[in-house]
Amino acid sequence: MNKPRKTPQETQAIVESSLRRRYWAERRFRAYGMTAIVAALTFLVYLFFVIFSNGIGAFRQAEIRVDVFYDPAVIDPSGMRNPEDLHAADYQALIRASLKTRFADVDGRAATRELTRLVSGSAAFALQRNVTADPALIGTTRSEWLLASDAVDLLLKGHIERALPEAERPVSDQQLAWVDKLRAENALALKFNKTFLSSGDSREPENAGIWGAVVGSFFTLALTLLLSFPIGVAAAVYLEEFAHKNHWTDIIEVNINNLAAVPSIVFGLLGLAVFIGFFGLPRSAPLVGAMVLTLLTLPTIIIASRAALKAVPPSIREAALGMGASKIQMVSHHVLPLALPGMLTGTIIGMARALGESAPLLMIGMVAFIVDVPKSVTDAATVLPVQVYLWSDSPERGFVEKTSGAIIVLLAFLVVMNTTAVILRKRFERRW
Amino acid sequence: MTPAALLLALALLSAGAFWIGKSRSLALVGGTRGVRNLHSLPSHYGVMTAMWCALPALLVIFAWVGFQDAIILRLVTDHLPAGVRDLPANELSLVLNDVRNLVAGNVPAANVSEAVRGAAAQYLQLRGVSRMALTVLVMVMAVGTIIFVRGRITPELRARNRVERVVEWMLIGCSTIAVFTTIGIVASVAFEALRFFQHVNVFDFLFGTSWSPQMAIRADQVGSSGSFGAVPLFAGTALISFIAMAIAVPIGLYSAIYLAEYAHPKFRTWAKPLLEVLAGVPTVVYGFFAALTIGPALRGWGESVGLSVASESALAAGFVMGIMIIPFVSSLADDMISAVPQALRDGAYALGATRSETIKQVVVRAALPGIVGGVLLAVSRAIGETMIVVMAAGLAANLTANPLEAVTTVTVQIVTLLVGDQEFDSPKTLAAFALGLVLFLVTLALNVLALHIVRKYREQYE
Repeated sequence: MNKPRKTPQETQAIVESSLRRRYWAERRFRAYGMTAIVAALTFLVYLFFVIFSNGIGAFRQAEIRVDVFYDPAVIDPSGMRNPEDLHAADYQALIRASLKTRFADVDGRAATRELTRLVSGSAAFALQRNVTADPALIGTTRSEWLLASDAVDLLLKGHIERALPEAERPVSDQQLAWVDKLRAENALALKFNKTFLSSGDSREPENAGIWGAVVGSFFTLALTLLLSFPIGVAAAVYLEEFAHKNHWTDIIEVNINNLAAVPSIVFGLLGLAVFIGFFGLPRSAPLVGAMVLTLLTLPTIIIASRAALKAVPPSIREAALGMGASKIQMVSHHVLPLALPGMLTGTIIGMARALGESAPLLMIGMVAFIVDVPKSVTDAATVLPVQVYLWSDSPERGFVEKTSGAIIVLLAFLVVMNTTAVILRKRFERRW
Repeated sequence: MTPAALLLALALLSAGAFWIGKSRSLALVGGTRGVRNLHSLPSHYGVMTAMWCALPALLVIFAWVGFQDAIILRLVTDHLPAGVRDLPANELSLVLNDVRNLVAGNVPAANVSEAVRGAAAQYLQLRGVSRMALTVLVMVMAVGTIIFVRGRITPELRARNRVERVVEWMLIGCSTIAVFTTIGIVASVAFEALRFFQHVNVFDFLFGTSWSPQMAIRADQVGSSGSFGAVPLFAGTALISFIAMAIAVPIGLYSAIYLAEYAHPKFRTWAKPLLEVLAGVPTVVYGFFAALTIGPALRGWGESVGLSVASESALAAGFVMGIMIIPFVSSLADDMISAVPQALRDGAYALGATRSETIKQVVVRAALPGIVGGVLLAVSRAIGETMIVVMAAGLAANLTANPLEAVTTVTVQIVTLLVGDQEFDSPKTLAAFALGLVLFLVTLALNVLALHIVRKYREQYE
């Protein structure tokens, strides 16, 4: 039944005729691989491009220069310089008056209202702060840069189409003309946006800042670190240096590996049911957030710490024990210091993950709209990624820019943390 | 003292205890020259004293603070005017809430009733008494134990062994937290889910095809029944995860193959970390990206070719989730491919196979179990991913296989059911825990399976 044997020449002919096809397949396969990498990296670049091009504007904010006359008749009609009167005065009226003197041709209530809408509603508070800080201002005229409204801000940044019909854009033709006039007189400019970096959340895009979220993130992360690093290191030391291999340690290990892959939102459910529901801890507090994030990051830290402990050669342990050290002394005097850089690297990476985490924090109520900057770990607070989520939900166009700006800040923190981890690893990495 | 101040005071006392224990042990043997007569190092005696001072006091503080609020509230309730005290339980809890808010300074005193103000004053007074009592108790305990332990210190006392035994128990305690976390997750989620299943039949939940979790506030409300058939959610989750895997598996696998088999080492050293940046970007960023850019773009393309694409289409969320998952697939596949012994490749080359033939017919097949394990891990990741779908996928529970329509997922529903004000025992909030239980069990099964496959494969070539 055997086929007649092929001569070597015939075989060679078959192989050669197929070579072209096979080399093509080779090149095609290689191109697929290259395409995959290029595609993935293109997504990365595009993602960063979108975020940065949208968010870079958040760091600049339109301001209008106005000569403000601190009218004693408005601020302090009694002339007593009573702090409560100064606090309660109608500073909006000062702005209205100043703008009216600037544009003397504006007449009528409607037009005046449109004119004052160029300036943000919070500008009055700035004047109030000025007066409180220095009551001698009253009666003088000073040139002030006032926060412009978010419509003017968007217009200046080119997010509002001038060509649209008047009814479809948030600035009227009249306001456009004023803006152009102010622009021509150098009295309207984009300035560095201090509000964005220094204040809490707000419903008005021009007043919204990320400082509250940054402080909330700081409290949460600091507490997470305080809880998870000692516990994680202790657990790793026990499992690596003390535990005998038995059923119990097997159970612990399987648990740690599985927890590392449980969806983060499930940890949020745990926090809601146990920490808030059962123990009655306050909602929205960094304290609870930190406890949830601790449980979330513990597996990462334990796994990294165990790897670092494994990397310390047994000879060091034997030498210490040989010198008469107890097991605890051997670990705390010799093994731990040598493994510490590796543990820290793992911890920083875990913290970076915790910083970007938001789903479990939604569960425990850290999504409330909070204007005040938190002062302690039991105050209601929010964190950076949740702030991103909250702003991305806002309908105002101005918040798109704020959202991207907050993401830039978040990414900057992440870059710093990961770079630290890499440097730490490079610097202290030891080969035995 | 407030608990925080008390903890600080206790820390200072413990530091003092350390010093007392240490100097006591030294004094017993006549200064540093006699140290060899001590069983342990002087600092061990110090640490032992400090532990005796701090640990029992800490236990008392935590127990006290844990129960203080409940006991005080009970006392306050008993002293409320009769008319208020006899209110039904839920209204009474509202009143107590007012009391708490007033105490915390969240509401001005003028906004609440006379009874609440009186109760708040009593609450504050009781809390003051309780704090005072705690302070006294803790201080007496701490100082008492210091004096007691100081008296017990002798040169023969095996202080090091005692200290080390305590330290070892602490280490054991820390290592069991992982187990307790798992128990906590299962217990809390399962407990709430069981309560949910008292309202809703398990089979209606698992196999029902209509999801609209609105519950009636009044009994006679229209459309109040609320239906909890979770199949549309499971289908939506599956659809989005499938799209994500359809993006992530080919791209991740091909990049892993290229990086492991073809790439120049220099190219590899910078391309691999760059790919992993994709995994380090927070998921809210992806969600924002999907909602802001990809969703509208897909809609625009769809319109230009005459398709109607929902602005929160499954495709947009799945696509972005796929990008996020690429590095998970690629780094695991890379590990697995690198673990295939060179001898297998050399054998294939010796038979005249080209590189791609070797890879396709030898390397990938040898690494297949590991790759499958990695893909399963990635699937569990996709199922549990929350922020991308919350921001980019819809809320309406459509039962559809069309990727251009909006679907909702398990995680989206958990978030929408639980974010915002809620009562703890309505089926609506409990449903979130039932969904969480399903999510936990499914991802757990996938992880166990994946880890099992990966481990089994790894052992083959080691």
